[in-house]
Amino acid sequence: MTFLILAAIVLFILAGIRVMSIAALSAELRNNRKDDVITDAENRSQGNMWVIFMIAFFAFCAWQLYAYGDKILPEAASAHGPAIDNLFYTTLALITVVFILTHIVLVYQAYKNAGKNGRRATYFAHSNKLELIWTVIPAVVLTGLIAYGLTVWNDVIYPGDKKASVIELYSKQFDWTARYAGKDNKLGRSDFRTIGEGNDLGLIEDSKSDDDVIVKGEFHLVKGEPVQFKFRSRDVIHSAFMPHFRAQMNCVPGMETMFEFIPTISTKEMREKLNNPKFNYVLMCNKICGAAHYNMQMDIIVESKEEHNKWLAEQKTWSQTKAAATQTASANEQLKDTATSDK
Amino acid sequence: MSAMDPNNTHSEREVQILHSAHDHAHGHDHAHDHDEEHEHHDTFITKYIFTQDHKMIAKQFLLTAVLMGVIAMLMSVVFRLQLAWPGKSFPILEPILGKWAPGGVLDPNFYLALVTIHGTIMVFFVLTGGLSGTFSNLLIPLQIGARDMASGFLNMLSFWFFAASSIIMLFSVTIESGPASGGWTIYPPLSALEQAMPGSGLGMTLWLVSMSLFIVSSLLGSLNYIVTIINLRTKGMSMTRLPLTIWAFLVTAMLGVLSFPVLFAAVLLLIFDRSFGTSFYLSDIYIGGQALEHNGGSPILYEHLFWFLGHPEVYIVLLPALGITSEVIATNARKPIFGYRAMIASILGIAFLSFIVWGHHMFITGMNPFLGSVFVFTTLLIAIPSAVKAFNYITTLWKGNLQFTPAMLFAIGLVSFFITGGVTGLILGDSALDINLHDTYFVVAHFHLVMGSAAIFGMFAGVYHWFPKMFGRLMNKRLGFAHFWLTFAGAYGVFFPMHFLGLAGVPRRYYTFTEFPIFNDLVDINVLITWFAIISAVSQIIFLFNFFFSIFKGQRSSQNPWKSNTLEWTTPVEHIHGNWPGEIPEVHRWAYDYSKPDREEDFVSQITPLTEKEIAEGAH
Repeated sequence: MTFLILAAIVLFILAGIRVMSIAALSAELRNNRKDDVITDAENRSQGNMWVIFMIAFFAFCAWQLYAYGDKILPEAASAHGPAIDNLFYTTLALITVVFILTHIVLVYQAYKNAGKNGRRATYFAHSNKLELIWTVIPAVVLTGLIAYGLTVWNDVIYPGDKKASVIELYSKQFDWTARYAGKDNKLGRSDFRTIGEGNDLGLIEDSKSDDDVIVKGEFHLVKGEPVQFKFRSRDVIHSAFMPHFRAQMNCVPGMETMFEFIPTISTKEMREKLNNPKFNYVLMCNKICGAAHYNMQMDIIVESKEEHNKWLAEQKTWSQTKAAATQTASANEQLKDTATSDK
Repeated sequence: MSAMDPNNTHSEREVQILHSAHDHAHGHDHAHDHDEEHEHHDTFITKYIFTQDHKMIAKQFLLTAVLMGVIAMLMSVVFRLQLAWPGKSFPILEPILGKWAPGGVLDPNFYLALVTIHGTIMVFFVLTGGLSGTFSNLLIPLQIGARDMASGFLNMLSFWFFAASSIIMLFSVTIESGPASGGWTIYPPLSALEQAMPGSGLGMTLWLVSMSLFIVSSLLGSLNYIVTIINLRTKGMSMTRLPLTIWAFLVTAMLGVLSFPVLFAAVLLLIFDRSFGTSFYLSDIYIGGQALEHNGGSPILYEHLFWFLGHPEVYIVLLPALGITSEVIATNARKPIFGYRAMIASILGIAFLSFIVWGHHMFITGMNPFLGSVFVFTTLLIAIPSAVKAFNYITTLWKGNLQFTPAMLFAIGLVSFFITGGVTGLILGDSALDINLHDTYFVVAHFHLVMGSAAIFGMFAGVYHWFPKMFGRLMNKRLGFAHFWLTFAGAYGVFFPMHFLGLAGVPRRYYTFTEFPIFNDLVDINVLITWFAIISAVSQIIFLFNFFFSIFKGQRSSQNPWKSNTLEWTTPVEHIHGNWPGEIPEVHRWAYDYSKPDREEDFVSQITPLTEKEIAEGAH
């Protein structure tokens, strides 16, 4: 509602400006026009407009911060998340200061130096000292920022040799499939040419894939345990984006990409924190991939080790799925045979 | 005869040599080659259509860009309606879009098509072709003191390739299967495989053909600009006396010549993959129920090639706008641009760095993370020359006598956008932060402010400032004021709130956000943004009215309406072939002697000789 009122006020002011300018225009069209000369009165009013604009602009920014500030960067639910958030807030603090100060100076100069007949500008063409100052200061600040940023980047991207359990996230237009590496923590190999009914991921005969577990719709992670994602794509580029975990990596056909993190807040805890019993972490596609790109998602459940083991035990392994498929196939075969013989 | 004038021999001879080829072919005279009684007898076709006069070509580029800009802007309003009120029926859409808006609700495929074509038109046709095409053509010969471009014929070809590519791009929107829809970056395999989306069929073929022609146009133009600036400067116009507009156009043209061929390579390989069964970008793909033969390629190769153009392209768009701003701010502050040489150095610095930062678009594509670190370093360095530019603009205003012409307002508006959009580059250029913000609305906010809004404001500043030079009349200033403030407020109203969407994790290029409960409480931001988009779009009617009305009915301009120093204001108001009726004036000083002490007037034209006192003080 607030924004509607605000929008109405803005519209009203803007409409007012337009009406005034049209009235003035018709007057001008009748009289002699002087479009190449800006009068003192016009310079003064435009100078003032800059101040009005700045106040309105800063108020608009502040209002947005008030209205939406609590929705940005939802609490990070991964071990590396807070490091990224700290880097973000540090950078944000820095650029906010620059943004506000430069705008104040810019607008003040526009306001103060609004043109007047008979006044003369100061001939001031350059100053090595000033230029040195605003070359060196940004350079120094940026050096710090680059060093800080790269430290965080290296920590996130090279997480060290923790024993992470491996999960494959397989993308295609327009859904996700997760494959757990099973007891051996090794994913079986695959080949896209073997994709077909009952073999969505194109797995090939490989002892490592027998204990792999394939799930759709939602996948589960263990709170506090590192997980290494391996991403593949069947058709076009997708991007696995898990905003709550500050994690994202593209899924590129023809190659395997990786991202590793440790979930730190279980779904249950997050629901309590947000006071929202329906909350779920979500994996979404963040690289344009076609008509239903906007709805390519999978829920993520973070839970305790016990809960996780229980859930995983309920899922079928690849060898069980295959066996079931063979049974169904032969049953179908038989059914078909019976059907034909009946005729 | 002017050509015999000893002062001008050098540049005149160059013109004659360069022009001789088409002079013979067309039997075409040039005013400067002959005495004045040999007047031109242009037909309608040679004067308005297949013209070789740089001033007319500039107007052709401008009018085409205005048309393309209006179309791309209307497209954005249509998809903004869908984003604010997803699934709501807008009965007005059905008669316009037909099967793409059944029942007045936008189709998801056509939503992506609109996003794609909006981006393509704005980036290439308005802010590259339109901005450089208009102002490089208009200002290079006029501000360096040349009769015309080095090759009027290539210049004409440049426009007509641009026109042809514009027509093909617009035509592609009307075809049965829809235009290209894979985003303006057209990453394969999405863009390579018709099975992936309908827009990747004939629509994508037309996109590729259109862009190939566009690249030809851009190269013909850029080569011409470079040759003209280097060879055809009038006597006394040393490189360090050039207005900053010309420096910006020169460096922009160099960026174009070095980077557009790489885009052409990328496009060509994509055409091969699409039509001739090669596998540059394709491997291991199963789509539409079958495994494809393509093997061994990589989409990452395309991304490298694309962004090797794509990043310099950002500066191809922005540098001319910054050049125009330098000129407009100095003229209307009645002060020399502050730090002229630092401004040149920063243009060169930005241009150099722009070639070694492309990887910051690819931090999370699976590119080697170490390479990511290198690109973080080079990317953040760009902030240094950018900061120098921003501070120099502000210092130019200090103790000035600011004349708030509409052009001046837009130029200051550009500085504001440049700062607001620029600072968020420090966030996105940091690979660790990009993990969470890549391809979100934060990116949309960033580039629409720093490159979209800033560049378009530079273009508006240029149009208001040089309108008298183009049409001999002035645009109405009060309509200009209204246009500026509404557009300025509108643009911030549209793009600033997008930062919040992005930080909340909202991805770009989504048809609707209703499928994700976590975005439910952000819906009203989208309504706010759409209202501002509508306000901005409606405000452009003021501009269009002012523009077309003033062409015919505007106040007649004097020779030098803004009391400017540069050479273009020493030419007559009426356009003539060869620009100056007599000999080309000689240049004696730099372009920024505004409010020079000891002078009665607050400007000193570049053709005014230096006084002995000035020489003694070391002026040059």
